[in-house]
Amino acid sequence: MRKDREYSDIPGTYVFDPEHSRQGYHLNMFCMSLNKEANREQFRRDESAYLDVFPMSPEQRDAVLQRDWIGLLRLGGNIYYTFKLAIFDGINMQEIGARMEGVPDEQFKAMMINGGRPIQGNRYQKEWNRSG
Amino acid sequence: MAKLFAGVGTSHVPGIGAAVDHKKTQTDYWKPLFDGYEPAREWMQNEAPDVVIIVYNDHASAFSLELIPTFAIGVAERFQPADEGYGPRKVPVVEGHPELAWHLAESLILDEFDMTIANEMPVDHGLTVPLSIACGEPDIWPCKVIPLCVNVIQYPSPTGNRCYQLGKAIRKAVEAFPADLKVAIFGTGGMSHQLQGERAGLVNADFDIAFLDDLTRNVDRLVRIPHVEYLREAGSEGAELVMWMIMRGALDDDAREVYRHFHVPASNTAAGLIILENP
Repeated sequence: MRKDREYSDIPGTYVFDPEHSRQGYHLNMFCMSLNKEANREQFRRDESAYLDVFPMSPEQRDAVLQRDWIGLLRLGGNIYYTFKLAIFDGINMQEIGARMEGVPDEQFKAMMINGGRPIQGNRYQKEWNRSG
Repeated sequence: MAKLFAGVGTSHVPGIGAAVDHKKTQTDYWKPLFDGYEPAREWMQNEAPDVVIIVYNDHASAFSLELIPTFAIGVAERFQPADEGYGPRKVPVVEGHPELAWHLAESLILDEFDMTIANEMPVDHGLTVPLSIACGEPDIWPCKVIPLCVNVIQYPSPTGNRCYQLGKAIRKAVEAFPADLKVAIFGTGGMSHQLQGERAGLVNADFDIAFLDDLTRNVDRLVRIPHVEYLREAGSEGAELVMWMIMRGALDDDAREVYRHFHVPASNTAAGLIILENP
């Protein structure tokens, strides 16, 4: 994601823009392949061998194997694609949310039930820098 | 002649579909949301549209990064529920209306909206969840459906204004169709939510309520909301709300609100529903 876009100062947000899409193409297409049961079966049998088919970077490959959910986004993953991997693991969107933020699942779920993450203090990167 | 009489805006959260499919709509978590859908289901039953144009986005199901159409219209006889990784939802096959869909494609393209035409397009939760919300769990869906798929995943999606103008062209096309059909249009997605990043879970109820209000009070403001404002204020996935502008564009300027429902949360999302009718 470029740093000079008008959305670049939104904190904790990875806009799937052209640069991001180029970087993540093979990673995302791997995730897409999990839509097919036959592929899910192969991936289940040998994750590493299955990943050999997709020409992604070593960092992307490690992020997949380690289920580094925030790393996947930083390396060009798009949430709708990386969520295919979460579905494969039986993890729901709130659990992914918790893992991307680095908080316990229950804390994230409680935040949602209490109305979600508030907009106040979460519009600009500088607001996050101030709160440290 | 065909008549476009009403529009519905609704979220299409996959968890809502899963709650229906797994019989969880009466749990403490889901009941308040589904109770609010009851009047919409009654409205749908009473009005009984022949055809519903459903504006939605595909979530890496029919399309992928291989091919990213900005606007695609489904012209097939039927559309199969897509396997999104859990196996397809066990909902009825979606019956299309090829004659009207082809008429729309032709009219829209000649009107300078360069539609992608899809004969094969499995439909994911973006389309089937709104049907579950509006129709419950019938053995067959009570209306024909024309899927109109919008790219909102790869930035940039079309602008709110472009979507609104497309809605106007859809209205013109529907009402030039020489058959006595009652047509509704659904704009789906939203409302505020962010699924990704450290800011995941963002909800901005004030933004959403103002959006619902201005669908009848100040459409001009909504038409001009830039992408960066959606991203910042409504969350990275809240930017799906541009699809509601296609629905709004297809209605009269003085369309009136007949029902709304707003509930937080549905999974990670602020769920909204609104029904607008032409006078």
